[in-house]
Amino acid sequence: MTTVTDEVAVVKVHEPIIVLRRPKSTTGVWSWFTTVDHKKIGIMYGAAALIFFLVGGIEALLIRLQLFQANGSVLTASQYNELFTMHGTTMVFLVGMPMAVGFGNYFVPLMIGARDVAFPRINAFGFWVVCAGAIFLYSSFIPGVNGVPNGGWFGYTPLTSTPIDAGFLPGHGPDFWSVGIILLGIGSTTSAINFIVTILNMRAPGMTLMRMPVFVWMMLVVAFLTVFAMPIITVALIMVFTDRNFGTLFFSPAAGGDPLLYQHLFWLFGHPEVYILILPGMGIVSETLPVFSRKPLFGYAVVVFSGIAIGFLGWGVWAHHMFATGLGPVAVSAFGLSTMLIAIPTGVKIFNWLGTVWKGAVRLTTAMLFSLGFIAMFTIGGLSGVLHSIVPSDTQQTDTYFVVAHFHYVLFGGLMLAVFSGMYYWLPKITGRMLNERLGKINFWTMLIGFNVTFFPMHLLGLYGMPRRTYRYDTGLGWEGINQVVSVGAFLIALSTLVFLSNVIVSLVMKRGEVAGDDPWDARTLEWSISSPPPEYNFAEVPEVTNRDEFWHHKYTEDDEGHLVPIPSGGAYGSTDADKHDGHGIHLPSPSIYPLVMAFGLLPIAYAAVYQSWIPLVIGVLILLFGMYAWGIEPSTEEA
Amino acid sequence: MATIEQTAEVGGPPSQGTPGHDPHATSTGVTNTKLAIWLFLSSDCLFFGAFIASYLLYRGRDVSGPGPRKLFDIPFTSATSFILLMSSLTMVLALAAIQRGDHRRVRIWILATALLGATFIGGQVFEFTEFSREGLHVSTNLFGSSFYLLTGFHGAHVTIGIIWLLSLWGMSTRGRLPTKKAESVELAGLYWHFVDVVWIVIFTVIYLIPQPH
Repeated sequence: MTTVTDEVAVVKVHEPIIVLRRPKSTTGVWSWFTTVDHKKIGIMYGAAALIFFLVGGIEALLIRLQLFQANGSVLTASQYNELFTMHGTTMVFLVGMPMAVGFGNYFVPLMIGARDVAFPRINAFGFWVVCAGAIFLYSSFIPGVNGVPNGGWFGYTPLTSTPIDAGFLPGHGPDFWSVGIILLGIGSTTSAINFIVTILNMRAPGMTLMRMPVFVWMMLVVAFLTVFAMPIITVALIMVFTDRNFGTLFFSPAAGGDPLLYQHLFWLFGHPEVYILILPGMGIVSETLPVFSRKPLFGYAVVVFSGIAIGFLGWGVWAHHMFATGLGPVAVSAFGLSTMLIAIPTGVKIFNWLGTVWKGAVRLTTAMLFSLGFIAMFTIGGLSGVLHSIVPSDTQQTDTYFVVAHFHYVLFGGLMLAVFSGMYYWLPKITGRMLNERLGKINFWTMLIGFNVTFFPMHLLGLYGMPRRTYRYDTGLGWEGINQVVSVGAFLIALSTLVFLSNVIVSLVMKRGEVAGDDPWDARTLEWSISSPPPEYNFAEVPEVTNRDEFWHHKYTEDDEGHLVPIPSGGAYGSTDADKHDGHGIHLPSPSIYPLVMAFGLLPIAYAAVYQSWIPLVIGVLILLFGMYAWGIEPSTEEA
Repeated sequence: MATIEQTAEVGGPPSQGTPGHDPHATSTGVTNTKLAIWLFLSSDCLFFGAFIASYLLYRGRDVSGPGPRKLFDIPFTSATSFILLMSSLTMVLALAAIQRGDHRRVRIWILATALLGATFIGGQVFEFTEFSREGLHVSTNLFGSSFYLLTGFHGAHVTIGIIWLLSLWGMSTRGRLPTKKAESVELAGLYWHFVDVVWIVIFTVIYLIPQPH
């Protein structure tokens, strides 16, 4: 394997030190806990995100039940606070981010022709930390804990930072919330670093940056945003936590502290976070639209650079969340202008997508329908976003349902429709079976209609002055009828989600779906060149990349008149090779239990922070140190 | 062909071979671990940046309690800062030694770096106890809150660096830090220099810029 230099010869060969017996199996239930395979980790991220999509959805339905009629009595005021806080926190941190990371984990290495990510064990660690953070946050629901977060997903100070005994927010809500999000931040930062290193360093020969699929590009931008945004919220949350528990005075107006500092820190994270959520969606539709239009992406370079531009400009718009706080005319004008500016690269992308579909040989599969739905709904959400850059208009709309309508059009109409598109497009690759198209179309149309029935009337509610985060409203304000429509729409979305789940269960779990084959969509990128599901080592032979849309150019060429001609042996590489290749001789990183051990070592530390107790702290630190030590001496690949 | 193996986490030094033909070669030529450390440090910049920005915002806004002018002992802190800066020099010497293959000196310089770092931490502990004896706690005023958290988190970073260095020293004494693993020392060095540079900024911002009161 290595040419032995004088150096190596001198070094003594050490027997590997074994602390716990190394897990070997790559099948069975236990293998999921010890896996370092990016594909399995991707599936776990996706499954976790889907579960929390249901949890967050149930929270939303309870909210809608409460608001169905005036003076609703389904929930108490404090239960309502807990539900809208956990709905927001769940959808942002436990659905949006892990869903994108899941798709990225599975497909980024496949799309760049790599056998794994740069740091397989750190990848597993990132997932288990997110898992631990989710368990921690939701353990606050256990009766008697009295700690369900209830200060909003944004957790504004001084409400959240005032010490418990002052009685603003009794219970441990803000503590569970701040410590939980710090935990999730650790997970997402490690996974982001892993993405950047993987994308920059692990590309197959010939896969230059400007040949990378747009989804990979968007995940790269998202990873950079995550790396820079997460530390800022971490600092803000540390300050909230110490203010509440250790008597620091950061956000205490009586001591000269400035609650606005918190809003600045939060939104300096929070606005890039918006792009962390939406850019993966943009990446997904940039993959599906060309495939189902049988055309290359229109203006690839412009789409890539627009994504990068959004990544940069996203740092200069945060104060548009704070127009109503009295920042002064200069700051307000500047942030209004920058907000208008960021609409430009976003608008450019929409035209690129339309240009891709224009005069294409469009196939209206479910995946394509969801992508087209994405374009339409995201455009509406983008337009109401531009309204918010106009300061007087924003001041009018702040804290009304108009804002709720806007960001649901962007995050649900944008991100979630793209996620469903990605599910229909990529699950055949992951599972080897097609999802049912009939159920898929029912899924799409009920989703699209349900979505619009739910969120479009919220614009009107906002304009009629209905405030957000209010647990009940009086009769006679003219809000009742619209609220009933909204609630009905919400249940239509729930129904559509059930259709999707039954499709997954029938087609994939019960294996009633058609066998997908390697390339069911006649697609363009490298993940379709290998078998479905892909072998553990991904590529029997690492592909040599010569084109953007490499796999397409492997299948088709153009004749003299510019007509598309299939290459006789087209699509053959990889797949036939894999038949001959049993993967022998490819050394993959071996499974490891320590990522899980270390991640769950953080859990007792988190509880120790909330309850200020030494015993769990010591236990957690010991587990952490043990995991770190054992991880450090465990070789990443076990010699066979 | 690049078919044989991809042991991802063990980066190894950048090789001379053609990309795609060496399993350890990366697309950028920078090893995975080094790129990851740079990314982590860039993330950490924002962490300290947010604390430093908050400190600057709250400078001179205290309504009560002892302020910096009363508490600071600039010559003492300058001395411990100088000691921390010198530890960057010994860190560089440790890296140079391992690249030469002089493992005895690697251990000496790593230990020296850790000791200098520990001296700095000792100075910080002394400073904290002095301040608290003179009545400054995290809950005294904004200066107390922002000073203790900013410098405390920096101290925690130095402490982690010391543990990192000591484990490298332990590996070296047991012969587990051969010359081909010189990058392990380089990575610890990157972290250590970063923590030093952050201290230069913190020292300037907190101690050297004239205090309002």
